[in-house]
Amino acid sequence: MLRSPLFWLLVPTLLLGATAPWWLGAYYLGIFTTAYYFGVFSMSWDLLFGYAGEVNFGPTFLIGLGAYGAGLLNNAGWPIPLCLAGGSIIAVIGGVALALPALRLRGPYFGLITLVAVLLLIDCIVIFAGVTGGEIGMMVPDVLSISATVNYWYAFGFLVVCGTILFILSRSSLGLILQATGQDRIEAAALGFNVTKHKLAAFCISALFSGLAGGMLVFYQGTASVDTVVDLSITVQIIIAVVFGGRRTILGGVLGSIFLILFDELLRPLGQLNTFVVSGIALLVVLLLPDGVLGYVLRPRASR
Amino acid sequence: MSATTPPLLTVNGLTKRFGGLVAVKDIGFRIRPGEILGLIGPNGSGKSTVMKLVMGIEKPNAGTIELDGTDIAGWPTHRIARHGVGIVFQHSRPLHRQTVLENIKLALLPDSLFKLAAEPHVEKRARAIAERVGLADVIDRRPATLPFADLRRLEMAKALARNPKVVLVDEPFAGLTAAEVATFSALIDGFRNEGRAVLLVDHNVKSVAALVDRVLAMYLGEHIAEGSADEVMSNETVRRVYIGGAIETHPRKDLDQRGGESLLDVRDLEVFYGKAQALQKVSIHVRAGEFVSVVGLNGAGKTTLFNAISGLVPYTGEIRWDGAALAGRTPASIARGGIVQCPETRELFGTMSVRENLDLGGQHLPPAERDRQLAWLLELFPILKARAGQAAGTLSGGEQQMLAIARALMMQPRLLILDEPTLGLAPVILEQLSKALARLRETTPITVLLGEQNVTFALPHADRVYVVEHARVVWEGDPGRFAAEMGTGYL
Ligand SMILES: Nc1ncnc2c1ncn2[C@@H]1O[C@H](COP(=O)(O)OP(=O)(O)OP(=O)(O)O)[C@@H](O)[C@H]1O
Ligand SMILES: [Mg+2]
Repeated sequence: MLRSPLFWLLVPTLLLGATAPWWLGAYYLGIFTTAYYFGVFSMSWDLLFGYAGEVNFGPTFLIGLGAYGAGLLNNAGWPIPLCLAGGSIIAVIGGVALALPALRLRGPYFGLITLVAVLLLIDCIVIFAGVTGGEIGMMVPDVLSISATVNYWYAFGFLVVCGTILFILSRSSLGLILQATGQDRIEAAALGFNVTKHKLAAFCISALFSGLAGGMLVFYQGTASVDTVVDLSITVQIIIAVVFGGRRTILGGVLGSIFLILFDELLRPLGQLNTFVVSGIALLVVLLLPDGVLGYVLRPRASR
Repeated sequence: MSATTPPLLTVNGLTKRFGGLVAVKDIGFRIRPGEILGLIGPNGSGKSTVMKLVMGIEKPNAGTIELDGTDIAGWPTHRIARHGVGIVFQHSRPLHRQTVLENIKLALLPDSLFKLAAEPHVEKRARAIAERVGLADVIDRRPATLPFADLRRLEMAKALARNPKVVLVDEPFAGLTAAEVATFSALIDGFRNEGRAVLLVDHNVKSVAALVDRVLAMYLGEHIAEGSADEVMSNETVRRVYIGGAIETHPRKDLDQRGGESLLDVRDLEVFYGKAQALQKVSIHVRAGEFVSVVGLNGAGKTTLFNAISGLVPYTGEIRWDGAALAGRTPASIARGGIVQCPETRELFGTMSVRENLDLGGQHLPPAERDRQLAWLLELFPILKARAGQAAGTLSGGEQQMLAIARALMMQPRLLILDEPTLGLAPVILEQLSKALARLRETTPITVLLGEQNVTFALPHADRVYVVEHARVVWEGDPGRFAAEMGTGYL
């Protein structure tokens, strides 16, 4: 472990993250708080894409279900922990309902179905504006905290827990089997693995963490809206974050999310230009380091 | 095993149709524990399809497949695998992102969502299996860096790891040297001693005959003969449709035209893959109209040499084509210049039809010319005519090989580079291909550079032979002298 570069990257990063409230102002703590939730979105997406080999264009379908589910339950008077649990269960159920038919299809069709699911969810939110708040968004009565520091702690703790679980999963036997199903499903089946079962499991895990993070984000921001948890631009951000940070690394997605959200804020004075510049930098990194930043650092030296 | 032991695998009336094509028709056989059944037949006769049906990768239209008394026909693949059937695919399918050890470990894992950590004995067993098949030295490498034979070993290792009762082995000897074939034969013989039932497919007739207890011959999906190896191999029909005649030498009448200018001139070529040197000061030349064979065992450097000529790998040294240096030109520009390589890996467009693949090859030709060339090639490989509308990826192994050669010829190359064209071809097709090459040589001004480790195929056509060993050219001469000076180890 002491010889792995990941270990030496992780320790100082965690130390920096854990001490941030003592040396960062409330404004920046807020930025990191959002970035951490996006980090969980990205890690969940990487488990599906990098390991199970399925391109899910609908992470925000899962995130949105978790977010709106939690929000609606909260409006019905449930306490936050139960809302979060309820929201993620809804996300998993929705995920299974989506994945069961979608996983039967090969090639680009899985991606297309997930994309359509997002559009349907947006339609539903608009149609049932009475309960969901439609395009304006839905307020929730409770929030996690009004203190930036406490909110930061929640997000940081959540990220560390989710990151640990997803990382261990990815390096486990299950992760290896998932990689096999993603690379060659006939070979995986011939080795005795039920490909559909494993891909479905990956989808459920991804849905669980996405939904949970969606719910947390709602109780941090105090509202749920299409723009913040369902819009396709969020999907694009998640994908860029994972590719930038390094697919098949799980943790790379966190790096990518922090980069995207931090720079988006820092370059805000540029006005319209800022998205352009951030995307440009991300594109450059992807071109120069096709394995992403973390992928490049972790790649075995010999094959460089 | 005694003749009274009940069979482990009993197949009856197995039939599979792909659209209008009946790939397998009413096939039946039994294999007892510790028995090896050989399955032979020309390319496209349905051997791999039989294996895929047993493995559940394709669903049979009719028939039963009984494993230890249970009918497994139509079950999903993973259940059949768990029930005790393992397969060594005709084309190696390693997981490229994982190391050799991880690939073997994977095969040892249970089909469980909740066993996160592999049990401690898994690592030990994986290493033991790697040792047994001869992969111990490369255990931490990734498949992409392995020589061909090691990839095949990895397939054997995975099948072994699954500890199957029935093993389906599809063309284990294709592309292997005589020494490697002996090792693989010993491995398969080991399956017998462990009481497994083995179904073996291969076009290396001699090695199959030496190994099996019985042979079943197929042709166009149908059963044509069955019995001991000797009986089947001497069967009239089997000889006609599968084994064919011996490959004849085709001495050239017009030897005097040689000695002209070099069309291709390779000087002091060196190629490195990372630290490993793949070619060391290699110099060869090919004159216009010549037929040159490069003979060498797996991993000697033949493919690297061809890839350097085609501009696919960086090199130092000089490659001159038609008087001009090729350095700095793109592979596409080199191909347009008339050097066409038919790679060992075939590189077909899998989802496009046979006809579309051929048309792509001939797209730069004027229509009349293209039609003539196409007609000639379809006459050469009649099976491609019958399969014209089929997706190239679904062709049998041998059919894909023929398509790759035909597509290269569609491009009307000035220099045709054939890398291991005999891989996976039935003896009778080898004979046809051999005749076709002889005709090609006589009727067109084509120049051919052939890479082979199968010298019985490489020698008869060659005007000149190079032998490559350990990244170096170690011998050059005419085929007549080869047997005397280099014979041992190759013949
Ligand atoms: N998915 C498919 N769709 C259509 N035709 C197919 C499909 N799979 C196989 N075929 C055809 O079925 C026939 C039998 O193929 P198979 O792969 O079993 O041959 P084989 O005996 O293994 O030949 P080889 O010795 O060349 O490997 C071939 O003509 C092939 O083109
Ligand atoms: Mg075959």
